[in-house]
Amino acid sequence: MHTKTLAELSAGLAAGEFTSVELTEHFLARIRQHDGRLNSFITVTEEQALAQAREADARRAAAQAGPLTGIPIAHKDIFCTDGVRTSCASKMLDPFIAPYDATVVARFLQAGMVMLGKTNMDEFAMGSSNETSFYGPVKNPWDLACVPGGSSGGSAASVAARLTPAATGTDTGGSIRQPAALCGITGLKPTYGRVSRYGMIAFASSLDQAGPMAATAEDCALLLGAMAGFDERDSTCAEREVPDYHAALGGDLKGLRIGLPREYFGEGLDSQVAAAVETAIAEYKKLGAEVVAISLPNTHLAVPTYYVVAPAECSSNLSRMDGVRFGYRCENPKDLEDLYKRSRGEGFGSEVKRRIMVGAYALSSGYYDAYYLKAQKIRQLISQDFTEAFKQVDVIMGPTAPSAAFRLGEKKDDPVAMYLADIYTIAVNLAGLPGMSVPCGFADGLPVGLQLIGNYFDEARLLNVAHQYQLATDWHRRLPEGF
Amino acid sequence: MMEWETVIGCEIHTQLATKSKIFSGAATAYGAEPNTQACAVDLGLPGVLPVLNKEAVRMALMFGLAVNAEIGKRSVFARKNYFYPDLPKGYQISQFELPIVGKGELSIELEDGQTKVVGITRAHLEEDAGKSLHEDFHGMTGIDLNRAGTPLLEIVSDPDMRSGKEASAYMRKIHALVTYLGICDGNLQEGSFRCDVNVSVRPKGQAEFGTRAEIKNLNSFRFVEKAVEYEVARQIAIIESGGKVIQETRLFDADKGETRSMRSKEEANDYRYFPDPDLLPVIVEDALIEQLRQGLPELPDAKKARFIEAFGLPAYDAAFLTGSRAMADYFEQVVESANCEAKMAANWVMGELSAALNRAELGIEQSPIGASQLAGLIARIADNTISGKIAKEVFEAMWSGEGDADQVIEKKGLKQITDSGAIEAIVDEVLANNAQQVENYRNAEPDKRGKMIGFFVGQIMKASQGKANPGQVNQLLKSKLDN
Amino acid sequence: MALNKDDVQNIAHLARLAIDEADIPAYAQNLSNILALVEQMSAVDTSGVAPMAHPLEMAQRLREDVVSEENLREHFQQHAPAVENGLYLVPKVIE
Repeated sequence: MHTKTLAELSAGLAAGEFTSVELTEHFLARIRQHDGRLNSFITVTEEQALAQAREADARRAAAQAGPLTGIPIAHKDIFCTDGVRTSCASKMLDPFIAPYDATVVARFLQAGMVMLGKTNMDEFAMGSSNETSFYGPVKNPWDLACVPGGSSGGSAASVAARLTPAATGTDTGGSIRQPAALCGITGLKPTYGRVSRYGMIAFASSLDQAGPMAATAEDCALLLGAMAGFDERDSTCAEREVPDYHAALGGDLKGLRIGLPREYFGEGLDSQVAAAVETAIAEYKKLGAEVVAISLPNTHLAVPTYYVVAPAECSSNLSRMDGVRFGYRCENPKDLEDLYKRSRGEGFGSEVKRRIMVGAYALSSGYYDAYYLKAQKIRQLISQDFTEAFKQVDVIMGPTAPSAAFRLGEKKDDPVAMYLADIYTIAVNLAGLPGMSVPCGFADGLPVGLQLIGNYFDEARLLNVAHQYQLATDWHRRLPEGF
Repeated sequence: MMEWETVIGCEIHTQLATKSKIFSGAATAYGAEPNTQACAVDLGLPGVLPVLNKEAVRMALMFGLAVNAEIGKRSVFARKNYFYPDLPKGYQISQFELPIVGKGELSIELEDGQTKVVGITRAHLEEDAGKSLHEDFHGMTGIDLNRAGTPLLEIVSDPDMRSGKEASAYMRKIHALVTYLGICDGNLQEGSFRCDVNVSVRPKGQAEFGTRAEIKNLNSFRFVEKAVEYEVARQIAIIESGGKVIQETRLFDADKGETRSMRSKEEANDYRYFPDPDLLPVIVEDALIEQLRQGLPELPDAKKARFIEAFGLPAYDAAFLTGSRAMADYFEQVVESANCEAKMAANWVMGELSAALNRAELGIEQSPIGASQLAGLIARIADNTISGKIAKEVFEAMWSGEGDADQVIEKKGLKQITDSGAIEAIVDEVLANNAQQVENYRNAEPDKRGKMIGFFVGQIMKASQGKANPGQVNQLLKSKLDN
Repeated sequence: MALNKDDVQNIAHLARLAIDEADIPAYAQNLSNILALVEQMSAVDTSGVAPMAHPLEMAQRLREDVVSEENLREHFQQHAPAVENGLYLVPKVIE
């Protein structure tokens, strides 16, 4: 059952081949059997899952089932889930039982999906390797000595190993696309504002966006349809109709203009990754697309800009973690300052502390103009690069990450080297555009991801472009051995 | 001996009279049980997001229009970052670079009857903090976040005031304005209207300002005056003895009538302001400004002018009666329902009623005698049912809740005697009993008679228990004595 | 810009983070490296460029002034670190 895509499971449930309870039990058993090696889940909500599955079966019996009813899903532990620990993989929130559901979680519940549990991640989504989790690193199912990418590493690894047919992720600088690439699955970061951020614990508010992670683009289309849409609780959520993404799949790619930014194929790109991406582009040409060489001249500024904007916002967003109303509080604080400093000092891991400090520094008096304001201006330039590019092309393609999965511990002590893992994904967040990663081959046995970048709110096209490729290839069907 | 000039600028925090909070749907009502009006957003729980209250924006704009200010057609919310337990998110959402209300002005009346124009630097929207309760919880402080998120309009003046009296006149005028506009309940005791004053002194004639001290949270007009007086004396004493005033925040101790240094909330005061990424720019359309302008109520200056013009009241009376909207409304209702001379209504409101309210420390809103009741009393004077003197007795009875004017008059038999036969009988009786005085009167020079007639009037009023109509008494006496 | 030990301590204080004395050199090194990376921005001429605070050109949506939240105090305080009589407790605040 677990080798089926979400769309196939949906059809199987509809045809009565199996029930949601059977499906849920199957995946729960797989989690029990395999997750000891992967560490992709922080919390497994077995009882709730089975209760939700029974409810889904009842819904189906009453002919009130939708396409997602009864299908299991795992949520990144950054989404608040009422009555369930929502830790953000931090000691700080280890004691935090969320008292409400994130909008995304509520929408999937409404659609009848069954929550299997909460997936591991980099602490507060800060990382590209899933090594900063308080609950220990996640392993890549393709090679247990390698990282799954991050920050949605638990979601990516669990989908890749088919411990769940689908998972939610969040993407602030590549946190859906990069782990999707490294684990060989399909992931979509929607346009900023397409999906509500309410109940998603904020890392960098102007960059964060939730999206689906699954085996195929078709699965992502089904999931995005349920996630997306206006939410009155999020001021930055777009008041815009949600197209039927699944129905929009289809239609050939003849005449599709694909932009290849020269900056995405230069120095630092692993040659096997480059070869896989080029083969994928050749496949697109066969499907009738034309390729246009473009330039995104400010690409090299994306990482520096991001490491001002994101830390600045996170330094402020994480100030509420103060040991007063929820979460971790240090033992016997001797005064208020001690309460703050030790609760935060002990509750946050070192990467989180580093970023908070960089952010506090960049916003502090005397440095604001040189760092934060400057970064906002360069952000504008980076965004304009894309605006210009989309005058010439319909979709931009390139590698998702400069290399396939790297080894655990390889970059752990060198933050700057780690940050460069997101060199191709970060600009998309700065501009607020939708981006996807689609499996397109292997480098030394490890998956490689093709990145697709679309224009604002052009997810329907993006999904179909990915879908057409997946109809012609089978990279997304490959499964890691041993699971 | 050096002559000193005082320079004062005010920052007034007015709680806007919205039903719900500025960024959440929690109630703003005063006096609820601790933390029962603090929702997830007010508590700054992980994942929550702010959505701006429309009414708070409208109210801020109304204030801007009332002080002829430039309206910020594009205003931006910023985060002011500091750690304090009554500030749940670790930052206050406020406006920094682009406030909703820009430069404006307001005229205040000085004691000598002159008016003075005070510049309004800006007014911006922000959220209030919670409250720290210092009663003993085993040496701990208790935090109540009911007030957190209550909308505030912070009104900042130019440093235009030159004395404590001017500062309190300014504060009164702003108070009148916001209550006229109905955007603030003006309740000083409950903290709906709080004033911070920046005080400095400089040698008369010097252009640059001296070092200022900020005196926080003054919640009475009188305290503003006292605090400024104390602070000015303190600063002059420091400078004259060769010391230097240090820039700091001070608290006013109302019991001792002095200011004292307060430990600063964040010593460095590095608030790391930056635009709040959870909120978007607030765009104010011209149509809304026009609509609000049309809907503005009559403001204090205009009302005062009308009271002088339409009611023929002296300027002093008009200023007094327009001091607050409640007072002005009360007065106008009295005039209308009593159908009497405006001056007579003014005398009653400013005299007997205000004195009684002051004695009882009540605002006019809490007056035990409503406007229509007072009008009922005045109407009985106007129609000669009772004399002015009896009216005071009736007023006392009404104040103690013995009913309205007619009931009191009836119950106590205070109705004026206007039956000329009855009055003539009393007059005859008094004249008969005082034959010697009658003789003296008739022998007196005509110009002395005016004084002498008072004796007879007094005797007649005494005999009638004050109920004889004084006009008729006078007329009858004259005709009987002079013939 | 290279940060020294004092800089790290000042920033850690501003951000209310207790940092082990022994870890300060490593923080100073890492933060300096990050700032060096970020420093690449200074080479760019941004005169005349409007700062971009949001990816989307949208205006703030306004909420109707309606009380929509009920009292959930017990629910919210269920897992709070220290609560008494409905109040959150913190070490004595001195003003």
